[in-house]
Amino acid sequence: MKETIDGLRESFEQELSKAVSSEAVEKLRVAYLGKKGSVTELLKGLKNASADQKKELGQHINQLKKQVEEKLLHQIEAIQAAEEQRAIDGAEQYDVTLPAGGDPGSYHPITIVQRQLEEIFTSMGFTVEDYPEIVTDYECFEAVNVPKDHPARDMQDTYYLENGQLLKTQTSAAQNAILRKYGAPCRSIFPGRCFRNEATDASHENTFFQMEGIMVDKDISISNLIYFMKTMLSEVFERDVKVRLRPGFFPFVEPGFELDINCLICGGEGCSTCHHSGWVELCPCGMIHPNVLKMGGVDPEKYTGFAFGLGLTRLVMMKYGVKDIRDLNSGNLKALSQFRHE
Amino acid sequence: MLISMNWISDFVDLSGLDLPALIQRFTLSTAEVEEVMEMGRDLRDVVAGKILSVENHPDSKKLHLLKVDGGDKIYDVVCGAPNVREGLIVPFVKEGGMVAGQEISCAKIAGYESHGMCCSEHELGISADHSGLMELPEDSPIGKDITEIYAIKDTVFEVDNKSLTNRPDLWGHYGIAREFAALTGRELRPLETVSLEAFDQLDPIAIDVQDQELCFRYTGLKVRNITKNVSPVNMRIRLFYCGSRAINLLADLTNYLMLEMGQPMHAFDCAKVDRIEVKRFPEAFSFTTLDGVERKVDENTLMICSGGKPVAVAGIMGGLDSEIEGDTDSLLLESANFDAASVRKSSTRLGLRTDASMRYEKTLDPEMTVPAIGRFMKLLLDVDPEAQVISRLTDVYVKHYPEVELTFDKAYVDRYTGIEIENSRILDTLRSLGFGADCSADRFTVKVPSWRATKDVTIKADIIEEITRVYGYDNFAVSTTLSPLYPQKKSPQNKTDNFVKDILVQSYQLHEVHSYIWADAKKAKSLGLEPEENVRLINAQTPDHEVLRRSMGPTLLAVLQENRSFAAEFGVFEIGRVCEGLLPDGLCSERKKLGIALYSRVKTEKELYFQLIEMVKALGRGVKRQEFQLANASAAYGWQHPRNTAVIMAAGRTLGWLCALKPSVAKNIDKKAAVVCAQLDMDEFALLPDGGLTYQEPSRFPGIDIDLSLLLPEGMRFADMESAWVGMGDSLKDVSLIDSFIQNGQKSLTLRFAFSSNEKTLSKEEVQPVVDGVVEKLAKAGVALRG
Repeated sequence: MKETIDGLRESFEQELSKAVSSEAVEKLRVAYLGKKGSVTELLKGLKNASADQKKELGQHINQLKKQVEEKLLHQIEAIQAAEEQRAIDGAEQYDVTLPAGGDPGSYHPITIVQRQLEEIFTSMGFTVEDYPEIVTDYECFEAVNVPKDHPARDMQDTYYLENGQLLKTQTSAAQNAILRKYGAPCRSIFPGRCFRNEATDASHENTFFQMEGIMVDKDISISNLIYFMKTMLSEVFERDVKVRLRPGFFPFVEPGFELDINCLICGGEGCSTCHHSGWVELCPCGMIHPNVLKMGGVDPEKYTGFAFGLGLTRLVMMKYGVKDIRDLNSGNLKALSQFRHE
Repeated sequence: MLISMNWISDFVDLSGLDLPALIQRFTLSTAEVEEVMEMGRDLRDVVAGKILSVENHPDSKKLHLLKVDGGDKIYDVVCGAPNVREGLIVPFVKEGGMVAGQEISCAKIAGYESHGMCCSEHELGISADHSGLMELPEDSPIGKDITEIYAIKDTVFEVDNKSLTNRPDLWGHYGIAREFAALTGRELRPLETVSLEAFDQLDPIAIDVQDQELCFRYTGLKVRNITKNVSPVNMRIRLFYCGSRAINLLADLTNYLMLEMGQPMHAFDCAKVDRIEVKRFPEAFSFTTLDGVERKVDENTLMICSGGKPVAVAGIMGGLDSEIEGDTDSLLLESANFDAASVRKSSTRLGLRTDASMRYEKTLDPEMTVPAIGRFMKLLLDVDPEAQVISRLTDVYVKHYPEVELTFDKAYVDRYTGIEIENSRILDTLRSLGFGADCSADRFTVKVPSWRATKDVTIKADIIEEITRVYGYDNFAVSTTLSPLYPQKKSPQNKTDNFVKDILVQSYQLHEVHSYIWADAKKAKSLGLEPEENVRLINAQTPDHEVLRRSMGPTLLAVLQENRSFAAEFGVFEIGRVCEGLLPDGLCSERKKLGIALYSRVKTEKELYFQLIEMVKALGRGVKRQEFQLANASAAYGWQHPRNTAVIMAAGRTLGWLCALKPSVAKNIDKKAAVVCAQLDMDEFALLPDGGLTYQEPSRFPGIDIDLSLLLPEGMRFADMESAWVGMGDSLKDVSLIDSFIQNGQKSLTLRFAFSSNEKTLSKEEVQPVVDGVVEKLAKAGVALRG
């Protein structure tokens, strides 16, 4: 009996060495361990043996069974590993450098910069206001203290419509309505498209974007104005900008200022961009003229406020190095599709 | 405007100060300086040299061989100037010296060595005259440096005229000098003038200001026996440095005075103009100004006349006929003040902007006219002591500006500035600028000087500017406000705009563009779009751009057409404004619209049309959780497809439209591409209520899908079949479109009916009765199951 067991082991090992596919291994498993397999048959034959023999032979047969099981498992694992390796070795390695599609759409750069500004200002408690582009003479001029014979009202600067309305020349046209809407205190920004009746060239457009802001409360001062402008511009340019104010005249403010920032190209050392002055003129601002407050229903004896006007279009050109302003309204996707991110 | 620091120094002593730093300070406190130029710094070893002898060059008709006494020695010089002659004293650059930035070394000219160079005024940089050598007076000290004889060295800076718009007082050197005095704390010297009271017994000039609306003041004086014709060199240098051109003594003096005081003056030849009327003419006529141009003067233009004959356009330019010429020996001097807006408008109409009109436009101080004549006489008599005044100073003063007096508290200043500025500093500043200023118990009383009172300083806030600009904004301590902060919500309009942009860019790869609010007639025509009637601009740059656009369609179609080479398939959108005609109150009906336009050479028009529908519906679902409904509609514009135009609706409102294009228009854009477009009213969209969200427990059990392939009878739409399954039980959760095609002229749809239950796994048997019910209803409507 013992010889039969050893013989079976020997023949199994011989056959196993020849079983190199998972099917062959399975066949072998059935032949030895299946319901009618050689090892199973041996175990079945034990029932005729004596109790002593049963114990001894049972141990031998079970040992054989365990060995067969282990070896089969081992063999099948080896075959699977080899098959996996063959599959891997045979696989195509994809060329990741091939050109691929997946172009996203694009935002107009004005949208990108406008959103950035809106975020900064809403975080400082400003509301964001929208306002029409076609306005009345009252909104655009009279309500913001532009006198009747001011040159800005001349035909060569303003687009007039046949019904007497006009295309707003500055975002200030919204000031009166916003002051009336909120009264004091009030913090608002109002981005918008403005129009000037002029011939276009690389640096002049008749249609461009501005963003104006006002802040009105008790005791708003020039000192506050400088603080806010510096804080806001440092956010916009993502660096600590230096600002300086110069006197400037705009009918809607008194005192009025031109605000310069230190040149971003040369850092203030002087270069061709800043005409070697180290400073770049960026935005007009000032303390809201008492007449403008009054017309907006705010008592100038009780309240003061500041206003500023940022050239959104100009900011975009500075930020992205756009040299020809006309590209922005051209609808030319070769230019515009580049602005994918916010 | 160009400012000479030498000239400024006539009125304020700036010695010992750093001029560049001072000019920088001027930028920060007064007006923007655009450029600073150092004049006469490119001269070296240029002396008064005497030409001792002149010999003809043997081989040249033009050249001469000179011996020039340079003070230190005699120089051999080859010279080609036409006015060279023995005994003449000229500016002479010694060998090794420099002129116009160029070093003069020994050079051989036509075979002869030249050891220096005799100069013209142009070469010295003090005038444009290069007709010959500058001739120096006979008593000039030989060998003395030319820059010590004449004020050639100077610092000149250019102020941005725009930044002087509101400062009529800064249009002359004296006003600028006042600023420097205030900025440095130094004293401003008074202008030296001649008192004209002595001539009060003489006859007045007949000055008749007929137009008292536009002429505020007219002051005149007659002078005769003018014997000199050429202005002194230093005066000519200043004029040249400040952008003027020397002409003759009288013309130069009026220019000089204007540059000094900012008061334009006109000198008429007394022989031609001996009386003055100021008036407008009832009808347009031709008038030749002294630049020799014949101009049409209309009835709105104020004129200076003499004996009824026009002699000058008031405040702008004199007439050719009454011009002062070199031999004029008597003159009638005009020093006047005119309405600023009238001068500006006349100058625009005539297309003639002069130094005078530029100043009058700024609303000059009428108080200046008399001192200006006193100053003119001082300058004239300094040059030509023989000149005689032959009339009384005649002054017609029509309009006086009111005196402006302002009072305010220290607390007002503190509130506006946000910093502490001492009372004494406030008083010093205001007084140095010519304001009358007093303070008692923190209450200020300020009298505005006449030169600031014409429009510039009228209210308290104007005084704040005077105090703070001289204090210097650089010196301000900056601080945040003490105002309370409130959280701010974005408006529905702003949110909707931004959400729409995000969906279109990020989910549908569209490109955002910007365009113009007017229609482009030329482009529209090239696309075969009929011109639209709408509100017009009355002053468009071109007639092609004068009609406001009614919709976003034509604009975006043109964008597609121009970008055909960009890609085989792309889409653009813009949120912009249109004008939908006039409202009953006569104002424009301006609306904010979203326009979308898609282009494809890959997809069929039908595919593109349905892609557009998907996009539009995604906007409704994404932004407002609203289901947009579409309905076929007739074309509102000629370029829309008459059969494939639809209106977009939600919550009972019409929001916009989408459409394919009329075939001929589509062809004009691109024969090989499909094009569709849509428009949504963003104001309406923003106001739509949010559809809200009712959370549904997800079913834990698998559902079952039944697909039905249907053959539709002619004209049947999906919407017509919906009644077959609506209300057929809770387990039918969704009906979606799997496939759609036309076979043998019959429309075929495959619909998927999705069933599920929250209680159990549904079996096919359980849903079959519902399906059978649907099929039965469909059959009644003529819809058959496809085999």
